[in-house]
Amino acid sequence: MNEQTKVARQEETSARAEAALTPPVDVVEDAAGITLYADLPGVPRDKLHLHVEAETLTIEGELDLEMPEGMEATHAEVSLGRYRRVFTLSRELDTEKVSAEFRNGVLTLRIPKAEHAQPRRIEVEVA
Amino acid sequence: MYRALFSPDMFSELDRLQREMNQAFAFSPSIRGLARGGFPAMNVGGTPQSVEIYAFAPGIDPASIEVTLEKGVLTVAGARTSDLPGKDVKANVHIEERFTGAFRRVVTLPEDADPEKVSARYRDGVLHISIQRRETAQPRRISVQ
Repeated sequence: MNEQTKVARQEETSARAEAALTPPVDVVEDAAGITLYADLPGVPRDKLHLHVEAETLTIEGELDLEMPEGMEATHAEVSLGRYRRVFTLSRELDTEKVSAEFRNGVLTLRIPKAEHAQPRRIEVEVA
Repeated sequence: MYRALFSPDMFSELDRLQREMNQAFAFSPSIRGLARGGFPAMNVGGTPQSVEIYAFAPGIDPASIEVTLEKGVLTVAGARTSDLPGKDVKANVHIEERFTGAFRRVVTLPEDADPEKVSARYRDGVLHISIQRRETAQPRRISVQ
């Protein structure tokens, strides 16, 4: 496995970074690419935003819970209304071919490696 | 990468530190907990007519969530399976933060909650439990004649 094939965390330096929850993630790499799982409970499909820009992947989501009118919170562990997390991708990942699935609050992102970066077996010729 | 930089001990140290900080600063919790940091995370709220509980439990088959109400105590239990590949698969796990395994959380309901009128719905990974309050306990305006 290539040492450089990493999805590294990036500090939130963006000026528009409002207070947001950091969703927990799992990141798994195999020979063909990287799979990222993120927990974003309470985010409906239309309020989940994924951006890939240059080598930065941004996952953003807004919570939308059904709340009866006039509800007062007495205990809140999820106290912010949005999630946000930023990752730095590496060059051998093919950002054109990212596929995403969002089900029951779990986002599954598959980022394949560019073909030239996939492992190849090199034949050793005997002279 | 970040795992290689920090030894596992450092994480457990940070965990311990965080727990101690929580204990030092948190206002005394209920005897049944409702403390921070568990899975699923819970929000509790109420209106004059109902008690609303939100359990943030993404990626779970709704049929496998067990919600029980007994003697004024609401229990949410279940299990979440791992999405990570098994040991036989050739893959590297770089980040592993999501909860896996069995969970159980308990909430003490207010006395006026009516155990006969409970509804539970699972949407977008959030379990929303709504419990109506007994009518006799609801505020009433008494007209002065």
